[in-house]
Amino acid sequence: MKRPFEEIVAQHGPTVLRVCRAVLARPDADDAWSETFLAAMRAYSDLADGANIEAWLVTIAHHKAIDSLRAQSRRAVPVANIDETSSNASAWEPPENDLWAALRALPTKQRQAVAYHHLAGLPYAEVATIIGGSTDAARRAAYDGVRTLRRRYRDPQQLTSREGIHS
Amino acid sequence: MINPTDPIFDSITHDEADTMARLHDRLAAAADVDRLLDVAYRTVDSPVGTLLLAATDQGLLRIAYQLENHDQVLQTLSERVSPRILYAPRRLDQVARQLAEYFAGDRRDFVLPLDFRLAHGFRREVLARLVMIDYGHTETYSQVAAATGHPRAVRAVGTACATNPLPVIVPCHRVLRSDGQLGGYVGGLPTKAALLSLEAGQYSDTSPAMR
Repeated sequence: MKRPFEEIVAQHGPTVLRVCRAVLARPDADDAWSETFLAAMRAYSDLADGANIEAWLVTIAHHKAIDSLRAQSRRAVPVANIDETSSNASAWEPPENDLWAALRALPTKQRQAVAYHHLAGLPYAEVATIIGGSTDAARRAAYDGVRTLRRRYRDPQQLTSREGIHS
Repeated sequence: MINPTDPIFDSITHDEADTMARLHDRLAAAADVDRLLDVAYRTVDSPVGTLLLAATDQGLLRIAYQLENHDQVLQTLSERVSPRILYAPRRLDQVARQLAEYFAGDRRDFVLPLDFRLAHGFRREVLARLVMIDYGHTETYSQVAAATGHPRAVRAVGTACATNPLPVIVPCHRVLRSDGQLGGYVGGLPTKAALLSLEAGQYSDTSPAMR
C-alpha cells in the first residue's frame, strides 16, 4: 500500500533540504534536492512496502551531494564568484545563514554525521550504513562536529533568535 | 517532520516553507517532462464545494466531491493507478477553466480528453451512454438501461452512476428515478439538485427556442 508521492514530498522534503544544504551551498543544494526527489519518484513504485522512506531519501541525497561535489571539483576553477557579483534580478533568495557555512566547513564525515543524525533525525546505525564505518564512529563524528559548531558560536542563543538572523 | 535534535540547529528552518514551495513546483514540472508524473492533481472551488481534479497524461481521470474524502480518493488512485502522484495544477488548467464556465452558466458541453481507466465493463458502457444526455435534459435509470441494450439492468445503471469517477463531466446527475424522484448521487442529493437547477435555469433563460 503506497502513499501518494505528494505525501512523501510534503513529509520529508524539508529534511532532505537540510541534508543537501549541510553539504552544498546554493544553488547546488537546491539542485541536489530536485535530483533526489526526481530519482526517488522514478524508483518509488518499486520501493519495498514498509521501507524506511526517510533513510532511503537521505541515502539518495547523500549520493547526489557527492556527485555534485565531484562535479564542482571538475569544473574550471578560478572564475570570479559569479553568483555574488552579478546583479541579475533572479528570484529572491533569503540570506544564507552562517550556520550552513559553518556546517559545510566541517570535515566531510563530521558534516555528514551531523546532517544525517541531527538534521534528518536518523539513528546512528542508519547514519553509519550511509557514510560507512561503525555506529560508534558515526556517533563520535557527529559529537565532534557539534562541538566544533558550538565553539564557533560562543553564544548559540544569538543564533536561535529570529531578529539575530535577519538584522 | 523531524525537528533538529540539537538546539544549535533551531535557527536553520526559517526560510524552509518558501524554498519548499519553489522546489515542489520545480519537481512537478521536471517530473512531467520526464514522464514520471503518472497522476497530477489540484482542487478547485465550486458552488457545490471544493472539487478534487486528477489527470493522467491521457486525460481527466477523476473528479471527487469533498463527501468522498479527497485524501482517501488520492490514496485509492495511488493503489489503483500509480503512487507517482503530485499536486501539479498546470495539467488541469483547462479542466478548471471549463468547470468554472459551466458553474457560471456559460458552458453546456465539456471538450476534454477523458481517461476512463477507473471504470470497467458494463459501468463503462453506462458512462459512455451518460455523456450523450444533453445539458438541461434528464433520463430515467430504466431509459439508460434500455439504451445500453440491457433493459433489466436498472440497478446496475444505478451502481454505475454511484461509482462514476467523473461526476459533473459525465453527467450522472441527469439520471432520475422513473417516479421523478432524484434517486441517489455520489456528491449528495443537494448537489444533484443544485446541478439540475443550474442547468434548468440555463435552459429556460438563454435558449428558449431549443427543442
